[in-house]
Amino acid sequence: MENILEVKDLNISFHTFAGEVKAIRGVNFELKKGETLAIVGESGSGKSVTTKAIMKLLPPGNSEIKQGEILFDGKDLTKLTDRQMQKIRGKDISMIFQDPMTSLNPTMTVGKQIMEPLIKHQDMSKSAARERALQLLKLVGIPKPELRIKQYPHQFSGGMRQRVVIAIALACNPKVLIADEPTTALDVTIQAQILELMKDLQNKIDTSIIFITHDLGVVANVADRVAVMYGGKIVEIGTVDEVFYNPQHPYTWGLISSMPSLDAKEEELYAIPGTPPNLLNPPKGDAFAPRNEYAMQIDLEEQPPMFKVSDTHYAATWLLHPDAPKVEPPAAVKSRMRKFMGAK
Amino acid sequence: MAKYLLKRVLYMFLTLFIIASLTFFLMKIIPGTPFASANKLGPAQMEIMKAKYGLDQPVPVQYAIYIGNLLKGDLGISFQFNNTPVTDLMFKRLGPSMQLGAQAMLLGTIVGILLGIFAALRQNTWVDYSSTFVAVLGKSIPNFVFAGLLQYFVGVKLGWFPVLFWRGFEYTILPTIALSMLPIAIAARFMRTEMIEVLSSDYITLAKAKGASFFEIAFKHALRNALIPLVTVLGPLAISLMTGSLVIEKIFAIPGLGEQFVKSITVNDYPVIMGTTILFAALFVVIILVVDILYGIIDPRIRLSGGNK
Repeated sequence: MENILEVKDLNISFHTFAGEVKAIRGVNFELKKGETLAIVGESGSGKSVTTKAIMKLLPPGNSEIKQGEILFDGKDLTKLTDRQMQKIRGKDISMIFQDPMTSLNPTMTVGKQIMEPLIKHQDMSKSAARERALQLLKLVGIPKPELRIKQYPHQFSGGMRQRVVIAIALACNPKVLIADEPTTALDVTIQAQILELMKDLQNKIDTSIIFITHDLGVVANVADRVAVMYGGKIVEIGTVDEVFYNPQHPYTWGLISSMPSLDAKEEELYAIPGTPPNLLNPPKGDAFAPRNEYAMQIDLEEQPPMFKVSDTHYAATWLLHPDAPKVEPPAAVKSRMRKFMGAK
Repeated sequence: MAKYLLKRVLYMFLTLFIIASLTFFLMKIIPGTPFASANKLGPAQMEIMKAKYGLDQPVPVQYAIYIGNLLKGDLGISFQFNNTPVTDLMFKRLGPSMQLGAQAMLLGTIVGILLGIFAALRQNTWVDYSSTFVAVLGKSIPNFVFAGLLQYFVGVKLGWFPVLFWRGFEYTILPTIALSMLPIAIAARFMRTEMIEVLSSDYITLAKAKGASFFEIAFKHALRNALIPLVTVLGPLAISLMTGSLVIEKIFAIPGLGEQFVKSITVNDYPVIMGTTILFAALFVVIILVVDILYGIIDPRIRLSGGNK
């Protein structure tokens, strides 16, 4: 399938008073037409920074793209000027943010906020944009759009506001939609509704989605492929089945073991020990090594390359090296792997 | 909305009544008489003068008479200014003060808001630092220093504008600039802080993600949200400017209210003290109402009466 977006060897640093924080250290991935790629990882792993870099929304003062390319439609987005980027934002690539309570302008009617990108990017007249805004409100499931379009954000509930944000993002039928934890701030029933809506709309307008989350349950629900990020790098990438049922990286094992499941016998929920690395002085070897009970000497000395597991599945762990000893994954992961093998 | 306004107006009158009453009694506590050459008058003549102005009555009776006249719109006659009615005296002088104050306020807020916006948009650059510099100057240097400098350089040396008196628009320019330094400083500082905060909010990031340009973000999305706290500070400031700045009026020889008010206190000109106090208080409550209505216009979340749910 055709790639719509390619990120190649992306390196991003933040300049702080304490020194240079290497937030993204050589990230590679591609997004195919019509697919949903989930990026998972804990806070500070670099998921949001990567996507903000795609939109060029990183703070201009202290952030710097040190190296790498972001190819969209053959153009390298890192080289575009602000003005060129304004023509892409909201039109070809748009974004949904985490907190719907704060992401709408409180002093502008909902209708105006939806009409803005339409008038800007598609040269629509005011009345045409209004018509389209009404359609969009209907599309995202907001009842009584004629009344709602004149209202202000404070007259909407959280779930309804996220629907409005989605309507804004989809207004110009973007080729890529970046959803930065779009359901984290919502309660569980509303979460399910919003996920359902996004899947539904993806089929209707045929857009590719990058879905950032730290909720693995959500990933299983929406994604085609998953990239697991840790310490500013992608440590494992593959299809949902591959990453969920045949994970290779010890960090992915940790993530899956710490997911509550209905058939688990243990009383206590597993937690990965330790804390994420300080990217002010990134470790020489594998960033996960200090927290990794399977770590070997080489993990501390040299960064592992991406080892190929299958055509679609790669993981960066020395455990996949032909010379590495065989290790037993945790029980929770093993039982999943067995199910996967059984299904095959 | 109409019901809310009616209620507010009734409260305004109640407030004014209380202020008038308090001022009346407080004023009577101040020792001395309103008659300039009191020591030359004999006791009998003094009695005659007091009787003429009704000052021989007990204080509660005087109060009742005053309030009665007030309700009819009669503020009495001034003791010092050749027995002219206080209303005539005040309204003749109110004009220049109001015009000067309003012009200074308008100039000050527009310049201040723009300074603040550009400082916030270009944070920590020379734009920001010069805006801060202007604001610190405006806030810390008293306006009579500016007045003097303007008179000397712009008025005398360059000869662009008249230096004294109040005889037409060009006469208002120098005092307006001198008086607008404070509102410029206050508006610029407030605006900068608010804009910086608003610009870092999520909805501004969303506006950027929609492809909005720099100016659309600043003026369409951020400005209105940043104005809300500024309105609160500027209301009372507008009143203090419009009711006359004693020093500026004196320096530019402007026949305004500020001078009159101070003078009436030193000579115990009771009707003028009362009149000006009531006028200032009235302006104040009106401005407070205007500010409350402005809030609703700027921010839909604080529309006055419930709105349509």
